[in-house]
Amino acid sequence: MTAPMTRPMPAPMPEPEPAALLEVSGLSLWRGSRKILDEVSLRLGRGETLALVGESGAGKSTIAVALMGLMSAREARVEGRLRFDDLPDLLALRERDWAGLRGRRMSMVFQDAGAALNPCYTVGSQLVSVLRRKLGLGRAEARTRAVALLEGVGINDAAARLSAYPHQLSGGMQQRVMVAIALACNPELLLADEPTSALDVTIQAQIIRLILDQTRARGASCIFVLHDLALASQSCDRIVVLYAGQVMEAGATRTVLERPLHPYTQALKSCVVEIGTDELAPLDGGVPAYDRMPAGCRFATRCPRAAPRCAAERPPLATLDGREIACWNPGDPA
Amino acid sequence: MLAQLTAKVLQTAVVLLIVSVASFSLLKLAPGDPVTLMLGSEYSQDTYDDLTRQLGLDRPVPEQYVTWLGDFVSGDWGQTYASRTDIFTFIVTEALPVTLTLTFFAILLALGVGVPLGVLSAVKKDSAWDVAAAVFALTGTAFPSFFLGILLIWFLAVKLGAFPVMGFVAPWQDPWGGLYHMVLPSLTLSTYFIGMIVRMTRATMVEVLEQPYIAAARARGEPEWRVIWVHGVRNILMPLVTIVGLQLGGILQGAVLTETVFSLPGLGQMLTGAVLGREYGLVQAGVMLTATLFILVNLLVDLSYPLLDPRLRPRS
Amino acid sequence: MTATDTAPTAPRRAGMMRRRPFFTLASLVALGFVACAIFAPQIAPYPPTLQSIDAMMQPPSAAHPMGTDSYGMDILSRVIHGARYALLIGLSSVLIGAAGGLVLGLVAGLSAGWVEWVMLRLIDSILALPSLILAVAFIAILGQGVDKVILAVGLSLIGPFARTVRADVLQVKVQLFVEAAGLMAIPRLAVIRRHILPNVIFPLCVQITIRISEAILVSSSLSFLGIGVTPPTPDWGLMISEGRGFVSFAAWMSGMPGIALATLLIALAIVGDGIREEFDPKLRTGR
Repeated sequence: MTAPMTRPMPAPMPEPEPAALLEVSGLSLWRGSRKILDEVSLRLGRGETLALVGESGAGKSTIAVALMGLMSAREARVEGRLRFDDLPDLLALRERDWAGLRGRRMSMVFQDAGAALNPCYTVGSQLVSVLRRKLGLGRAEARTRAVALLEGVGINDAAARLSAYPHQLSGGMQQRVMVAIALACNPELLLADEPTSALDVTIQAQIIRLILDQTRARGASCIFVLHDLALASQSCDRIVVLYAGQVMEAGATRTVLERPLHPYTQALKSCVVEIGTDELAPLDGGVPAYDRMPAGCRFATRCPRAAPRCAAERPPLATLDGREIACWNPGDPA
Repeated sequence: MLAQLTAKVLQTAVVLLIVSVASFSLLKLAPGDPVTLMLGSEYSQDTYDDLTRQLGLDRPVPEQYVTWLGDFVSGDWGQTYASRTDIFTFIVTEALPVTLTLTFFAILLALGVGVPLGVLSAVKKDSAWDVAAAVFALTGTAFPSFFLGILLIWFLAVKLGAFPVMGFVAPWQDPWGGLYHMVLPSLTLSTYFIGMIVRMTRATMVEVLEQPYIAAARARGEPEWRVIWVHGVRNILMPLVTIVGLQLGGILQGAVLTETVFSLPGLGQMLTGAVLGREYGLVQAGVMLTATLFILVNLLVDLSYPLLDPRLRPRS
Repeated sequence: MTATDTAPTAPRRAGMMRRRPFFTLASLVALGFVACAIFAPQIAPYPPTLQSIDAMMQPPSAAHPMGTDSYGMDILSRVIHGARYALLIGLSSVLIGAAGGLVLGLVAGLSAGWVEWVMLRLIDSILALPSLILAVAFIAILGQGVDKVILAVGLSLIGPFARTVRADVLQVKVQLFVEAAGLMAIPRLAVIRRHILPNVIFPLCVQITIRISEAILVSSSLSFLGIGVTPPTPDWGLMISEGRGFVSFAAWMSGMPGIALATLLIALAIVGDGIREEFDPKLRTGR
């Protein structure tokens, strides 16, 4: 089963998007001598949902952590420019300026809510603390708002749940609480770092739906970090395919996934379709170690269409058939 | 939960029983005959027999133990041989308050200095500060406390004249004077303990700081001081309380030395004096008291775990 | 820790000296004390108990580099000979403690049911008393003197040794259950000798090196309290105690032996830490 070739392609969209909420350009990140992110560029419009897709270790979560400014200078060296709304560059912000941003204008839902909620404090105190600190609400008002938020994310008997400790809740409930905390101050940007990977399959869809509904209702933008291509295609407006810290292909989800032009995206897609697995471990051979990456396209070592030029020279991210693609030999699979 | 509690209390009871048998045997194994020790050099056979009967030493040993244990629990710890003072009254009104005061201030100082030092070490892991704190901690734990006490006396008391050389002033009678007299002794006693706490705090805090809930707290905009002191430190309370309990023995042992250095009339001085003066009743009481204190405090520590970690509480 | 785990550490040992400069320095210092202990009569300028009425409480000088004490005894000579007593007492008592702890720990670790329960309570009750106070109690029974101190300190160290030996036995036991099928036919004592002991002895040796400093500290503490070795034995604890009353005008009397004791203990602590971190992965979580 391959994508139908005969269907006429939609006309290439010029993608004007005058005021993107977030614009990442040339984001590189080093841990020691290893270059984990290699000039990642992406943009996110207001109210848009974007999926960052790739195998584990592709740098998806690292992008999220760097966007939140949570990468300490000791851990890693970051370069590039992160424009967020009226702020020209998040990387230039001082810690003091981040205070008004994190939790207030941008927030994050973590992979494993059970580990991301402090086990020693009640759900209520962690939620109320955000409301009081960030919105300056009084104690009673914050409590009322907390109950409303918990109800909003589908938690029954919310008032009683406020005094529960995280371990007393199920995994799904914990993630709902996490979403409630992240959305407490109506942020403009929500980062969801594989929000469902620790959950049962049946609950996964519910949580994704919840995050989509809640962000849409607030007009917020959302970046999903996913390793599940099917999930990405169902839930996100746009997709960015990453491999070993490089952007391979990016564009509208429909455009990219219906007719991927990058060999890596094609491999990912065929893996979902043919094997029917959700996980992305599609190709023979592994990702090379970060200190032994080719200077050019990092996918060159595993690419079925690799040419001598690929490993030596980095292909630029260029517009082709309505999407952006970084490849010297783009096209439909042979 | 209740079963666990019962098991714990039963264990503690048996340990206390073993300690009591050991303490009792101490008196039996000690050289010399208590009756002779009490009577001195000149006595008649009649007075000797009278006292033997009076002390119950003519009874079979197991019976003597039961009687002794009953007396001990009811606060009758016997008399000293030489001056015939009541041991229980002496310990409870004179020696124990001194030792407990010293121990209290030392623990307070150790926590007050050790925890912040350890937390900062963990936060600034691998920095020059961290290395300095590690060197300080190692030196603190290894340095012999009695020599440190003498150095402090020599430098701060003799050379600078900033503190009194020795002596005890009860803080409940003269708060300021008591505190003043406690500075050097509690500094001496706590140095070892500060080192232990710095190391333990750093090790556990480094682990805690890597937990996702710390990153999550940062991500929702909690200020850094709250991330560390509220979200981080709350999670190391359990190991902290545990180490205070486990190190209580070490503190009491250090107190023996500190009291000798600073001439504080506490349990330690009593114990040393008792060994030299062959007052085995006092040695026995001191040993029994130290062990009991340690065992009971550690039972309390165990019982406090559910308070410190909500995950250990029964599900409701 | 199994034999297979420890085998690959052997080649690492050579590199350890270079990777841990503090460890190397501390080892050299500790070895220096050992040399002093062995060659004390050759190194020391005077006999350690030679009194001299002409030279009482003299400050450090060319004739007496560390001064003299209130009996006119040369402190340098006494400090050098003191190393002998400190290391002799420390090593012998640690060996006694390790032997006792090995027996108690093996029994506790290999027993089951109520025997195990009682053994555990026994170890708990020994651990309820800190080693110094336990040693004081033994001294009360045994009396004073170098041999008595060795025995008292040794007995007081049994508890901590027993606890670690038991923990190691339990670990080996868990591994043995995995291969239990092959061991069914072998008699119990042979299992202990062939499988348990080899795996317990190595961590025990690590413990011994770590606890020597504790033994030295406890024994010198006893002497400092005046209930350990008797004068005029050149024991550091005793010398510190004797100089205590003269601290305001003859600080060297306590100071010199105190510096020697502190230096040795700190060096041993660094050596112990290094050995522990190299060989005991359990402790890296910061117990």
